[in-house]
Amino acid sequence: MSLSRRKMITTGLVAAAGVTGLAAADRIARRYGLIPPDGGGIYGPGETLTYAAQRLLTRHSKAREFPRSMISEKPFGNELAPATEEFKKHQAAGFKDWTLSVGGMVAHPTTFSLADLHSLPIRSQITEVVCEEGWSYVAEWIGTPLSHVLDAVGPAPQARFVVYNSIEKDWWESIDMADAAHPQTFLTMGMNNGDLPVRFGGPLRLRVPRQLGYKSVKFITHLTVTDSMKKFGKGLGSASPEAGYAWYAGI
Amino acid sequence: MAASSSVTPITVSRTEAGVPPRHSLLVRVTHWLTTISFIALLVTGAELIVSHPRFYWGETGNSGTTPLFSIHIPASRGTVPTGYSYTMPDQNGWSRYLHFEAAWLLVITALVYGIASFLNGHFRRNLWPASGQRSWAAIRDVFARYLRRAPDIAGAHTYNVVQRLSYFGVIFVLFPLVIWTGLALSPAFNSAFPWFVDVLGGRQSARTLHFFISIALLLFLIVHVVLVAWAGFWSRTRAMITGRANSQEGL
Repeated sequence: MSLSRRKMITTGLVAAAGVTGLAAADRIARRYGLIPPDGGGIYGPGETLTYAAQRLLTRHSKAREFPRSMISEKPFGNELAPATEEFKKHQAAGFKDWTLSVGGMVAHPTTFSLADLHSLPIRSQITEVVCEEGWSYVAEWIGTPLSHVLDAVGPAPQARFVVYNSIEKDWWESIDMADAAHPQTFLTMGMNNGDLPVRFGGPLRLRVPRQLGYKSVKFITHLTVTDSMKKFGKGLGSASPEAGYAWYAGI
Repeated sequence: MAASSSVTPITVSRTEAGVPPRHSLLVRVTHWLTTISFIALLVTGAELIVSHPRFYWGETGNSGTTPLFSIHIPASRGTVPTGYSYTMPDQNGWSRYLHFEAAWLLVITALVYGIASFLNGHFRRNLWPASGQRSWAAIRDVFARYLRRAPDIAGAHTYNVVQRLSYFGVIFVLFPLVIWTGLALSPAFNSAFPWFVDVLGGRQSARTLHFFISIALLLFLIVHVVLVAWAGFWSRTRAMITGRANSQEGL
């Protein structure tokens, strides 16, 4: 008798502690921005655990870089949708009129030409492109860290995400400020000592080497700084969750 | 229970309620949580392979490089050279969401089970080969009984040495390895812990090892279910659900 009562009390206490713990964890996670924009629904708990755990473990860590000897002889450019007329026009003109407009919650909304971007500090990294399908290759990526562009436009203190759009319709993604300010997140214009080929996202690709390849959107034309993803698309963070793929792809 | 000073006759304590369960509540709950998460991981993992049914060794590998081996099935992406003229439907979105959510369930279950089983002596008592079992003769006896399909009377109440060794191998070798090789596929996790993937020989080696360890776990699952069926599927399964072993069983 006393045993079953004790058991009941213990079970009750454990359950109460569990519920209180979960509620507290949820509050802390919200306060520190550890819940991803697609953190609802049946896969929400898994996504939130992954995103929160990796934000706590990997906020400043660097993607693995490789020696020049490991650059893949055969990098693999993934399938592309047929180029639009607008893109073909840019391509025919040698991309000299390509621009990147940066707006949203910033002090100085600015439109950068490729030459403007080239005048910012240029860095290179030899990192791996990792596709969610399973394949990968290593290449040298040359460009300017996104942080330099953000410094130039002055994001508002409450900014939490950077949204980026391709010239291709409905191709857009977003990353949190940890990834946006990360030294390896590049506005990439060159690859393996040459211009970035169209097949690999030229003239301008945002490389996010700590996440899967689908976060590295090709043909970037717009950046928007924001404090919430609610107003963008279906509010899930990017086009990927709308197509059934996770917003956070650091896995 | 009775106070330690009084002597309780054994016959009284061996009533229905007094018999300790064949499997503790912790073992039963974690067994089925592991079953659910493992099946989810297996199904979604198999699905993910369909997007790129080629395996490589080393750091990189893609449709432009020579695979270590390929699985001869049509792929869900048109860029993969499979020899088939058609592609399978793409199911990677939900498969990825579910794979990682199930992985969290598996890891949390494994931590609860592992820590509790160290503390409460489950590993020492029930999984570490018992004193009379630590010999080749004991192992041979078990296999001989399996081959003769002789009834296993003691098996309703305790694990034989072959069970203990294979459960040990699954719990302390295969599961840690499959979690390790899986984590080694995360570009964000690798940024914080690069040795995690480097010691495996690179990203593609980790993916290939993840595949083979999953196959080993699948083989364990098949043998496990076949042996449970031989021993009496419903009585053994009931014991893992209710904790009650049927003493008539096996006769």
